[in-house]
Amino acid sequence: MTMTRTRTADPRRIIYRRPELLADRSTHYCPGCGHGIIHRLVAELLDEMHLGPRTIGVASVGCSVFAYDYLEVDFVESPHGRAPAVATGVRRVRPDAFVFTYQGDGDLAAIGTAEIVHAAARGERISVIFVNNGIYGMTGGQMAPTTLLGQRTTSSPTGREAGLAGYPIPITEMLALLPGVSYAARGSIADPAWVGRTKGMLRRAFETQLSGGGLSIVEILSTCPVGWGMTPSASMDHLAHDVVKTYPLGVIVDRLKEAGASAGEG
Amino acid sequence: MGSVHATMDPPGVADGPTRPVLMKGNEAMAEAAIQAGCDAYFGYPITPQAELLEWMAQRMPELGRTFVQAESELGAINMALGAAATGARALVSSSSPGISLMAEAMSYMAGSELPMVLINVMRGGPGLGSIGASQADYFQATKGHGHGDYRVPVLAPSSIAEAVQLVPDAFEIAERYRTPVIILTDGVMGQAMEPVVPIYRMPPRRSEDWQLSGADGRTPRVVRSLHLQPEDLEAHNRWLQAKFATITANEVRWAGEQLEDAEIAVVAYGTAARVARTAVERAREHGLPVGIFRPITLWPFPSAELSSIAPRLRAIVVLEMSAGQLVEDVRLAVEGRTPVFFHGRTGGMVPTPSEVLEVLRRAWATTTPITGWTPETEDAATAEPDPLSLIEQGAWAAEGGGR
Repeated sequence: MTMTRTRTADPRRIIYRRPELLADRSTHYCPGCGHGIIHRLVAELLDEMHLGPRTIGVASVGCSVFAYDYLEVDFVESPHGRAPAVATGVRRVRPDAFVFTYQGDGDLAAIGTAEIVHAAARGERISVIFVNNGIYGMTGGQMAPTTLLGQRTTSSPTGREAGLAGYPIPITEMLALLPGVSYAARGSIADPAWVGRTKGMLRRAFETQLSGGGLSIVEILSTCPVGWGMTPSASMDHLAHDVVKTYPLGVIVDRLKEAGASAGEG
Repeated sequence: MGSVHATMDPPGVADGPTRPVLMKGNEAMAEAAIQAGCDAYFGYPITPQAELLEWMAQRMPELGRTFVQAESELGAINMALGAAATGARALVSSSSPGISLMAEAMSYMAGSELPMVLINVMRGGPGLGSIGASQADYFQATKGHGHGDYRVPVLAPSSIAEAVQLVPDAFEIAERYRTPVIILTDGVMGQAMEPVVPIYRMPPRRSEDWQLSGADGRTPRVVRSLHLQPEDLEAHNRWLQAKFATITANEVRWAGEQLEDAEIAVVAYGTAARVARTAVERAREHGLPVGIFRPITLWPFPSAELSSIAPRLRAIVVLEMSAGQLVEDVRLAVEGRTPVFFHGRTGGMVPTPSEVLEVLRRAWATTTPITGWTPETEDAATAEPDPLSLIEQGAWAAEGGGR
């Protein structure tokens, strides 16, 4: 066997490592929880885009409040649902900062709807990382505004019934209607391919902020095996095959790209 | 309410600081905040404080500073929370129902130790109440807005000129102690116009190692109120209590009028103290030796100061535009050693001097003169520690409080 080319020329080539801004410690998240993957994506992007030294993150209430224990950037903790208002305050007095919120679905789509809608309406130059696992995980698995119809939770023990508890809120599509939203997309961590695409969405959201656009939001469908009563692998299957029927994946709006395209046409 | 302002040259800057100008309370406080270096204002319209928001809407952008009209009082104060976390000098204002919405973030800011000034131009309650002037938010301001063990300093001006002086003091106290500070005023003070010699002041800026700016070449900073481990949270609470004890020891303010020969003291703050002044003048014309004890800090309350003069008073009359809130702190301070009378009007009604004079007459008629009082007996009375001040000075203080 003859080898004309060998990869051993540079044996120290690194193909995978912990991002600089991801703390070297184990997380408090449950096995199979998606926050670990999403934290890693955020840390990778902050590294790659050299944003760490100018980043101020806003932590919200829920399992991910401890994001500041894992992402090594400045953080302020927000009351439940108010992260977009807190981020507005940071943004307005720190025009050069890179500002993001990290919010769950209970935080953003229930108690914090007024704050996210009006931050979006104002076109605040912030990036919103919206992790949707369809349940209140930290408090023990109660029904969220995003819980699927028929889904059993501790506060919808016979399954969510529309007549009693209404319908899942497609809040990212709702926000995308507002001209203040420059970028809105929905990704997923269900498989490696979508993890990669979701990283691309986050990159585009961050670029939108850096290029002076309005609010950018990436909804990331994620898992809560403990809250869902599933094994980690079963919850990934459920995410890939069932959750996406209610929450279709893809870019919902990219107004900077559309503006560029129409300028190109003109 | 409100009006369109053709020009908003800050009075006192163009006119020179020694010439009095006629200013509306809400606008005077707004301009005092601007001159005190306020970087960011966040508000929501509500009567009777709307002119404060309107003044800031015009002036702050002119100066290249931050003004945002928020979607609610919740939004406004959380924007202030974010701005304050970066070290910006932040102001919010509202009136009673709006302050109830701000209660949540006050708790978070006290827990996160974030400085901010909040102006409450009080109106009648409960509920939607009325838009008339009131002092019914004394409990809310001094005893707690949100959840948890915390206090915030409360400053109560009784004239527009005093309000102009207290605004920079409020920013200074907020930043020195890393705490929200409330300026508690009411619809009369907000809406009235008074001649003011606008002497503005900008407290020096502090650069602190907790302010968020991006972790450029340093360890990341986190501004937070969450301490999940009970041991950690108790240590944090001890630290906060030690801080509150320091504030109590250093920041008590009050003013006395004609107390030297007084046998009755009227205790009142803000607009009620203005009514009290007229009543006291008339009482003295009728030969009643009456003075005024006016708390300027409602928390920390001047308990020890009131307690020390109480033994030489035959009666104390508390006057409020509420059903009786300040009167509880007065009774705690004098511990039953002096008869305490109360007169209050509610719902936006302002007490008249004649009503107060009537209460003063009744207090005089139904109490007996202090006999045998000498400075020595006063010392003896005050030598015993006042339980309230012990609580305020804090058992924690003995434990050091540093961390």
